[in-house]
Amino acid sequence: MQMAQPGTRPVFAPWSDPAEKPLIQFRNVTKKFGDFVAIDNITVDIFRREFFALLGPSGCGKTTLMRMLAGFEAPTSGTILLDGVDIAPVPPNKRPVNMMFQSYALFPHLSVWDNIAFGLRRSDMPKEQIPARVEEMLRLVRLEKFAKRRPHQISGGQRQRVALARSLAKAPKLLLLDEPLGALDKKLRQDTQFELMDIQEKTGTTFVIVTHDQEEAMTVASRVAVMDHGKMIQIDTPDRIYETPNSVYVADFIGDVNIIEGTVADVAGGKVSISWAEGQPALIGTAPEGIAKGARVHYAIRPEKVAIATQPPSDRANVIEGTVHDIAYLGNISTYKVELPGGRMMKAQVANDRRIARRDITWDDKVWLSFTDTAGIVLLK
Amino acid sequence: MNRRFSWFNATSLTLGFAFLYLPMLILVIYSFNASKLVTVWAGFSTKWYGELLQNEAFLGAAWITLKVAVISSTVATVLGTMAAYVMVRAGRFAGRTLFSGMIYAPLVMPEVITGLAMLLLFISLGLDRGVFTIILAHITFTMCFVSVVVSSRLATFDKSLEEAALDLGCTPFDAFKSVTLPIIAPAVISGWLLAFTLSLDDLVISQFVAGPSSTTLPMKIFSAVRLGVSPEINALSTILISIVTVGVISASLISKRNIARQRADEQKALQL
Amino acid sequence: MNLRRLLLILTPYAWLLLFFLIPFVIVMKIALSDYAISIPPYTPTFDISAGWDGLKEFLSGLDVENFTFLATDALYVTAYLSSLKIALISTVLTLLVAYPIAYGMAQASEEWRPTLMMLVILPFWTSFLIRVYSWIGILSNEGFLNQFLLWTGIINEPLAIMNTQNAVYIGIVYSYLPFMILPIYAALEKLDGSLIEAAEDLGCSKASAFWLVTFPLSIPGVIAGCFLVFIPALGEFVIPSLLGGSDTLMIGKVLYEEFFSNRDWPVASAVAVVLLLILIVPIVLFQRNEQKQREANQ
Repeated sequence: MQMAQPGTRPVFAPWSDPAEKPLIQFRNVTKKFGDFVAIDNITVDIFRREFFALLGPSGCGKTTLMRMLAGFEAPTSGTILLDGVDIAPVPPNKRPVNMMFQSYALFPHLSVWDNIAFGLRRSDMPKEQIPARVEEMLRLVRLEKFAKRRPHQISGGQRQRVALARSLAKAPKLLLLDEPLGALDKKLRQDTQFELMDIQEKTGTTFVIVTHDQEEAMTVASRVAVMDHGKMIQIDTPDRIYETPNSVYVADFIGDVNIIEGTVADVAGGKVSISWAEGQPALIGTAPEGIAKGARVHYAIRPEKVAIATQPPSDRANVIEGTVHDIAYLGNISTYKVELPGGRMMKAQVANDRRIARRDITWDDKVWLSFTDTAGIVLLK
Repeated sequence: MNRRFSWFNATSLTLGFAFLYLPMLILVIYSFNASKLVTVWAGFSTKWYGELLQNEAFLGAAWITLKVAVISSTVATVLGTMAAYVMVRAGRFAGRTLFSGMIYAPLVMPEVITGLAMLLLFISLGLDRGVFTIILAHITFTMCFVSVVVSSRLATFDKSLEEAALDLGCTPFDAFKSVTLPIIAPAVISGWLLAFTLSLDDLVISQFVAGPSSTTLPMKIFSAVRLGVSPEINALSTILISIVTVGVISASLISKRNIARQRADEQKALQL
Repeated sequence: MNLRRLLLILTPYAWLLLFFLIPFVIVMKIALSDYAISIPPYTPTFDISAGWDGLKEFLSGLDVENFTFLATDALYVTAYLSSLKIALISTVLTLLVAYPIAYGMAQASEEWRPTLMMLVILPFWTSFLIRVYSWIGILSNEGFLNQFLLWTGIINEPLAIMNTQNAVYIGIVYSYLPFMILPIYAALEKLDGSLIEAAEDLGCSKASAFWLVTFPLSIPGVIAGCFLVFIPALGEFVIPSLLGGSDTLMIGKVLYEEFFSNRDWPVASAVAVVLLLILIVPIVLFQRNEQKQREANQ
């Protein structure tokens, strides 16, 4: 590790370093349940100290992928390597991998202390070292006072921390977290997300998290894999997933987006113009690789990158006229739903950076939406 | 969740069910034995069924048993449902603890004690022992079983449904009749069936409270089998076992079909 | 509305008071009375029509001689002790037979479980008497079990099982098996499968996961099942009368014979009262176990 210096802080990105050896390697892994293909030929590397998120709707295969790492499912074909060794013949109780279950799976007949000690007692750790390790884990999750309680005598948030402490106690090479925050309410979930990142950093363990909550994945993960129907659609850092989605599916799944379908009218000088509705000026965007005139494409633009004004702006590449259909005031921002000619809707978001906003735009007003030629992204699929 | 059914599980289920069913199976097979010697097979015959149907004493006892069971289980269902409603819905009242104690105690009371106590009551009241006293005794011990079955359904029943009915203008009685009763009906029916079966099967309590002219079928069977195995009793047992088997299997098929239908409807509703 | 509520409460209440509670008061009273050769065969020591004075006289005239008789006569003491022993041993045997079955049912796939449940419940709906009777033909000297064992050559002469305590054990295990299977199955079935996976994930083998997680979590079901077998087995009458022969002394049978053969009502009532007192302990424990389960489920 280099010394961190102001301005030259090393960026944690082992995936872009070809010399780095991955901790986990999926090689053409497929899993079938009868005729149903849960995992469809996945190849991916996960690196040491990563916080890797598997994100997708229910039934996309993310949980199956995790259960294969834990050893509860075996791949139908392909291999999974841990530290370069095929783990297929290793049963779950012999893997240096621990899992935090969605239901927490805390043993109801054992105290918090005994739950955390459960795995240690079955490891080769000498008996006299176990209490110290349990105490250490209790301190890590700040539950020293609750050691003697049973799982049903503590709150949901505390149970979540016990489950985390129990699965970290054996210092696994890899920790799997299955929807770890799903049972918590929103406020507690946000606090716990930061705590989770903190603990991950302190222990230096590699975390793989399964979640269907995109905000959660974006908050905690170093890289996010967006999954659908057993395939990984895109694997990238949260900001790149958000700003440069590789498909309509990813753009739509993460955050709020306006998607306009159109045909490529012209490609010139790295710019593309897309005709999308009759009598409307073509949209100007950055041309992706391999685009050709006449192709059907989708133009995706985030609402916060669309400006709204009562006068037509002159300095923007794209300007569209419309009428305000709906306004949603959300406190920190306001979302305007604007009806474009032909009935299409487009959303624009404005930050409410002043306490008493001038409400100069209201329902049924004629407005102009505008955005630059780099604000949106042209998607081929 | 991912449970693994092992060879050990398969073996224990096979042996377990063999233990449960083999004795009854042997009984059924040997009811068609031509020989009077019940443990030696001497060819197929239905003659014991014929003799059974000629046996006036058995037929008379069966008729009394059926009468007792129908009347007592019906009254027990009404009283037991009332008791269940009181337990779950009536809130606090004087003597509630005693009441719930009296509901649960008969479930665990040895039959010899219940029978003895009932008989002594009937003698104190100067009631002549007969069909009527059997009915009274059967109502008392079976109503508690009905009450337990119905109250467990009532306890999981969403009270806001009743409140909605009251809110929409029902009187409490209307609300019970048009909302609560239809929903708890399956539990009431299974309560009735339970009471009916318990009454049909009861030997010990009837033995105590019956008079000389009111012998029930179990009493008749008991006095016959004390003398050992008889092919006629085998035939009678076979008939009773078949009735129960047909009843239980059709009941479970009906409930299975209802569940399947409900699932299909839910699926359809989702697709709309 | 209030009249209706009153009627709703009063009808079942009055019925149970009259036909359940008062009979026990009568049993108590007769247990404290003297034996007389007449009909009814006891001298009542309490005359309700005499009112308050009658009550006072009754209380002073109470005698516990029937109970001292029970305590001094070896027959009754032996009968109580042997009932307790038989009930206890058969409860343990039933548990040993029932647990693997309940466990197998809980491990079976979702679509098989209702059928297996039905197979366990079906015997419960068939006549108890007939199920006990079915064993006479199997256990007797020339019965099917002995025929089979002689045929296989395991034994050379028939085993005497019928009319022994062993036959009573078999009868109780057979008759009460569903009562043991169902609560254990209920406990195992609601067990969260991820607990077993968590145990394996934390280093347990399959066998140690069973002993450290599955079995401890099924204990409430085991306890409930044991009470459901032990309590009725203690006062059992039909099984010892049909299978036990004259060697088997069980209190239910003694009570029955005291009442019908000896016609000694006061002693029969005293036997009943003592049996009830013995039963109170397991019944209260059982209720407490159930209560705890209900609270844990909330």
